[in-house]
Amino acid sequence: MLAHYAFIGVFFIAAASFPILPLIGAYFLRPSRPTEVKLDTYECGLEAIGDIWVQFKVQYYLYALAFVVFDIEVVFLYPWAVAFNQLGLFALVEMAIFLFILIGGLVYAWRKGALEWV
Amino acid sequence: MNMVDAVPLPWVLAVAAGLFCIGLFGALSRRNTVGILLGVELMLNAVNLNLIAFWRYLEPNVVAGQVFALFIITVAAAEAAVGLAMIIAIYRTRLTVNADEVDSLKG
Amino acid sequence: MPDIQIPSIDLGVSLQLLIIFGGAMVLLLADLFSGEGNKRIVGYIALLFVVGAAAAGVPYWDAPRSTFNGMLVLDNFALTLNWIFLLSTAITILISLEYLPRQGIERGEYYALLLFALGGMMLLAQGTDLIVLFLGLELLSITLYVLAGFAYPRLSSEEAAMKYLLIGAFAAGFLVFGIALLYGATGTSSLAGIANKLGSGLAADDVAFMLAGAALVIIGFGYKISMAPFHMWTPDVYEGSPTPVAAFMSVGTKGAGFAALARLLLVALGSQYATWGLILAILAAVTMVIGNVSAVAQTNVKRMLAYSSIGHAGYILMGVLSAGSPAAANRGIEGFLFYLLAYSLTNLGAFAVLIALEQRGEAAWSLDDFAGLWHRQPFLAIAMALCMFSLAGVPPTAGFWGKFYVFTAAWEAGLQWLAVVGVITSAIAAFFYLRIIVQMFMRDPVREISPSLDRNLMIGVGLAALGVIVFGISPTPVIDLVQGSVLALSR
Repeated sequence: MLAHYAFIGVFFIAAASFPILPLIGAYFLRPSRPTEVKLDTYECGLEAIGDIWVQFKVQYYLYALAFVVFDIEVVFLYPWAVAFNQLGLFALVEMAIFLFILIGGLVYAWRKGALEWV
Repeated sequence: MNMVDAVPLPWVLAVAAGLFCIGLFGALSRRNTVGILLGVELMLNAVNLNLIAFWRYLEPNVVAGQVFALFIITVAAAEAAVGLAMIIAIYRTRLTVNADEVDSLKG
Repeated sequence: MPDIQIPSIDLGVSLQLLIIFGGAMVLLLADLFSGEGNKRIVGYIALLFVVGAAAAGVPYWDAPRSTFNGMLVLDNFALTLNWIFLLSTAITILISLEYLPRQGIERGEYYALLLFALGGMMLLAQGTDLIVLFLGLELLSITLYVLAGFAYPRLSSEEAAMKYLLIGAFAAGFLVFGIALLYGATGTSSLAGIANKLGSGLAADDVAFMLAGAALVIIGFGYKISMAPFHMWTPDVYEGSPTPVAAFMSVGTKGAGFAALARLLLVALGSQYATWGLILAILAAVTMVIGNVSAVAQTNVKRMLAYSSIGHAGYILMGVLSAGSPAAANRGIEGFLFYLLAYSLTNLGAFAVLIALEQRGEAAWSLDDFAGLWHRQPFLAIAMALCMFSLAGVPPTAGFWGKFYVFTAAWEAGLQWLAVVGVITSAIAAFFYLRIIVQMFMRDPVREISPSLDRNLMIGVGLAALGVIVFGISPTPVIDLVQGSVLALSR
């Protein structure tokens, strides 16, 4: 039984060595001449301002949650898709109704302006 | 050899129970409302793990456990969406997301 | 992979649900395409759907059937509960119609959300599978979180919604964990399946799982029905929510929560009565004492009603748990249903009077605001007095028969001490209910308040008060109804 886990272990070690070995190699081979600019935080070439531990604007959540709701509904499509061949027309119609209701929700969110940046 | 033989059910249940307790602790100890919701989500995911384990080990031919897990995932998403919407609303009026600063109702 | 059988589906069982959910979706669209400041029309459409759903249930009386592989039933028990819920929702819509514009929170989603919550309640009444019960409870809860915060940007409303959501989500976590354990112990999620499995005996480990699962499920439902010691959120949430929503919550979540709890305890766990009977009896006693004793200290009538609703949860629980005992199996369910109907009408009536007293941006909920109401609005004063008498359990009101029924049930179940606790706490409760009546009829007004009594509110209050007194004087029709509703549930 444990032998089966050995495969996973070997795989894990091999995968880990891919980034670790080059980094170690580079550490010994590269020249080391640090300057203040080189040690600075890299932020698209701009000077970094402030701390990274700031609270995000809550507005971002609004998009996240609209996304999450529609994204999660897709969960119900998976079992339907897997068993589709055996289910036939009846399930196709049911899924159409389900998606139609979802589209209704999307229209609602749209008309209410939930998709606009305030 | 498959996983059901390799890993006994109690191990999976122990992981789920541990996850549930971590979520419980998070929900009870966090001040940040987003953190509390995260804790609750963890509790629900522990339940999902439980359901899937029970289904796989005990009743692999009846899909009730699997289906239940799907429903819990969706419900958890809906709950989180409503929770986040509420946090946004409270943030707009009070500029805080901390639960203990929202305490005007008492008695 | 086994062949997938599409279950034969009997849409009649879910007809009422389909009307309500379809109606809710129509309302969402109606809201989108109706102009600003003209949302009353949405409310009237909602009322239409509620009445339609109530009528659609009539042919199914005495014709119990189930569908979706036995996940959903429509027996007399479920039908009676559905009617109680539909009646409560209709009254809630009536008392909301003018309240929302007056408070400046007229948004069309209100009625759609109410119908979604109602659908959740009906799912709880009709569900015979843990999955359906969970979905119904969450549907009800999530819409109520939104409704509780409906008066945003009023801070107290947002705060109520936040508290309700955090506690509700927390409780839901316990509930599903318990459900998962029950499923693990018995290998099925259907209530009848669990009962079968328990009847044929469980292995020792499975018994432990089953007991832990049952305990967690009871805790989860305990939060929803505000059973002590899980009642802490109730006063804050009721006080902060818009008043019609608080009224709806006080009758809706309780009724639906108890409906599901009754089915779960009596159908699935009926054989385990020896284990949960006494525990729940103690919790019921604690709930009655805490609710009624805390209510005495309140001078804010809305908070007082919130605490009193905790007390009433104790009385309803008394009916439900008595039904677990074979000696009072029918009596307990009858008591539960009768009490629920009486309590729903009465509480909605009392909250409706609060709505009439509530002005924009100013709450008139202190005891003093009721002083001399008789001189200013005799109609409101009489309705409020009837409701208070009914909540206190004074004959001849519906509340009296409700209490009489559940006390008898507890007595027959061999829980005499519980009935005695019920009587004592009722006497305590009578103090603060009668205090309001004294304020209204025997004192002069303390400050100038002009109650706003519009036609719809008047119909709502009138309907509730009329029900309270008519069912109090001649309870026979209701007794017939509830006696017809127990058969399906007895084992």
